[in-house]
Amino acid sequence: MSLKKIGSGTYRMEHPPVITSSAAVVGRMEKQGPLGAWFSHWHEDEYCGENSFEKAESRMQKEAMKDAFEKAKISEKNLDLVFAGDLLNQCIGSNYSLRDSGVQFFGLYGACSTMVEGLILSAMAIDGGFADRCAAVTSSHFCSSERQYRFPLEYGGFRPQSAQWTVTGAGCAVVEGEGQGIMIRHVCPGAIVDMNITDMANMGAAMAPGAALTLKRFLDDTATTPSDYDLILSGDLGKIGSSLLVELLKTDHIVLGENYADSGCLIFDPASQDVHSGGSGCGCVASVLCGYVLPEMQKGRWDRVLVMGTGALMSPTSIMQGESVPGIAHLVELSV
Amino acid sequence: MNYLMSFLVGGALCLVGQLLIERTRLTPARILVGYVVAGVVLSAFGVYETLLEYGHSGASVPLTGFGHLLADGVRTAVREKGFVGILTGGLTSSAGGVAAAIVFSLLASLLFRPRMK
Amino acid sequence: MRSEDYQQLVWAHTPKKPLWQGCFGAFVIGGSICVFGEALKELYLYFGMEEKSAAIWESVSLIFLSVLLTGIGVYDKFSRVGGAGTLVPITGFANAMSSPVLEFRVEGMVLGIGPKIFSVAGSVIAYGVAASVLYGLIYFILYQIGVVA
Repeated sequence: MSLKKIGSGTYRMEHPPVITSSAAVVGRMEKQGPLGAWFSHWHEDEYCGENSFEKAESRMQKEAMKDAFEKAKISEKNLDLVFAGDLLNQCIGSNYSLRDSGVQFFGLYGACSTMVEGLILSAMAIDGGFADRCAAVTSSHFCSSERQYRFPLEYGGFRPQSAQWTVTGAGCAVVEGEGQGIMIRHVCPGAIVDMNITDMANMGAAMAPGAALTLKRFLDDTATTPSDYDLILSGDLGKIGSSLLVELLKTDHIVLGENYADSGCLIFDPASQDVHSGGSGCGCVASVLCGYVLPEMQKGRWDRVLVMGTGALMSPTSIMQGESVPGIAHLVELSV
Repeated sequence: MNYLMSFLVGGALCLVGQLLIERTRLTPARILVGYVVAGVVLSAFGVYETLLEYGHSGASVPLTGFGHLLADGVRTAVREKGFVGILTGGLTSSAGGVAAAIVFSLLASLLFRPRMK
Repeated sequence: MRSEDYQQLVWAHTPKKPLWQGCFGAFVIGGSICVFGEALKELYLYFGMEEKSAAIWESVSLIFLSVLLTGIGVYDKFSRVGGAGTLVPITGFANAMSSPVLEFRVEGMVLGIGPKIFSVAGSVIAYGVAASVLYGLIYFILYQIGVVA
């Protein structure tokens, strides 16, 4: 008999776990973007001094963890569990960033929703009494994603207006049972929704229905409305996906107002950066959350925040076989 | 005059490609394959010879020209070598370009590595 | 919401670049590449090359330049403006071969570069050759019965 489930699928934390520290590491374009001032740790070189993009991505993850652990004044030895994932095949970004750590590790694949998936599992492990201290880690890299999902970097391909730009960035959040920081109040895991979008260059459209489902479920379960929150942040729906989310929720009589924002729209400047529909990737919501939203909450800018990681669960193989793109969205409620 | 016609014919062939990209669901790779096969077909019906006469490089540089080269090679080989020419003609006539692309690419891999823009 | 209705909603929310913009870029860049090729050919003819060799060297030169521009990271910048204008000419074919070669160098010369060099261009060669063989067969028959000379 579940004691913590409310409504159709939202879970209430009895003793809300606390995000005690967080850190983000980003690439050059993210540093040049509107949130550049919040990203103190960044790499000018897309190889990050390594000889491959995959190794560069692992390195960014490692650095994000190091920064976050230093802020929390802990070392990896003090962690009970790490939940980490990325976009690379077999999650090698995380496997290799954690191979020397000796920490007990769960590798996750939630596409771009992985950061929030990791936070949910960390919170559940702690509130469930299984662990005292966990970390959620993810990363993505424009170059490693391009070569895996699309074309070689130097290929003169065609980028449609609906395409999104994978964020080069990594984020790490340390979640503890006790401590000072941002509390995780509720979590709402997502379900897969597939509205038969087959265009791999329109991820926002593929993910928006899953995001609408999760947000509606959460609001119904908690009997709240969007205006009860200071900020509702979605992962990487981009310009097209976020306007579709607003549209979809309208049909359910849920109105998203000024307090709604999308990480993919925040991290790049569409006017000066040629990113079309906005940012995407695990590193998108991870770097915006860990580098910008959590620190700003600490400063008191927002008190109650919903963060929704959105993922498109396809692979190049499924797309070539003519499959559509399923979407998912995981949600956490944060408060000061 | 050769230059103007090259520009117009070459430009027009590329414009058709752009329309296919933006208004159909064809991927660039499919369009390239389509262009080569179309070149073979047009050459078979004798159309491409005429296009080359007027369009010069505007007709030979686009990938339809590559298709024409394959078809032209087969024609010549069948006439000169008979049945075996069916198999040898295409690759023989296009060998220069393909070999150049392979060798230059391999050389490039030693000198350059991909960068983010 | 039904999937069909959603597709329509998506279509309505997807911004479309004016068609003329892409077409203009493709026409001008594609046309210019052909003019440049023509100029190279004229040059080779001027130096006394015969027509057929000049045409081959024209292709080879364009391929060389395309690979060079790909290597120094410029070709894909042209493509942003040129679209199909950089795809359809032989330079696009060379870019399709050289870009995976650069990209997969880290996976090794034999297992990385070797298979990937034809990742896009392989289809072009395969179906081009297949079409030419099919045509050769038809041409052979027509030639034997005297329909074509």
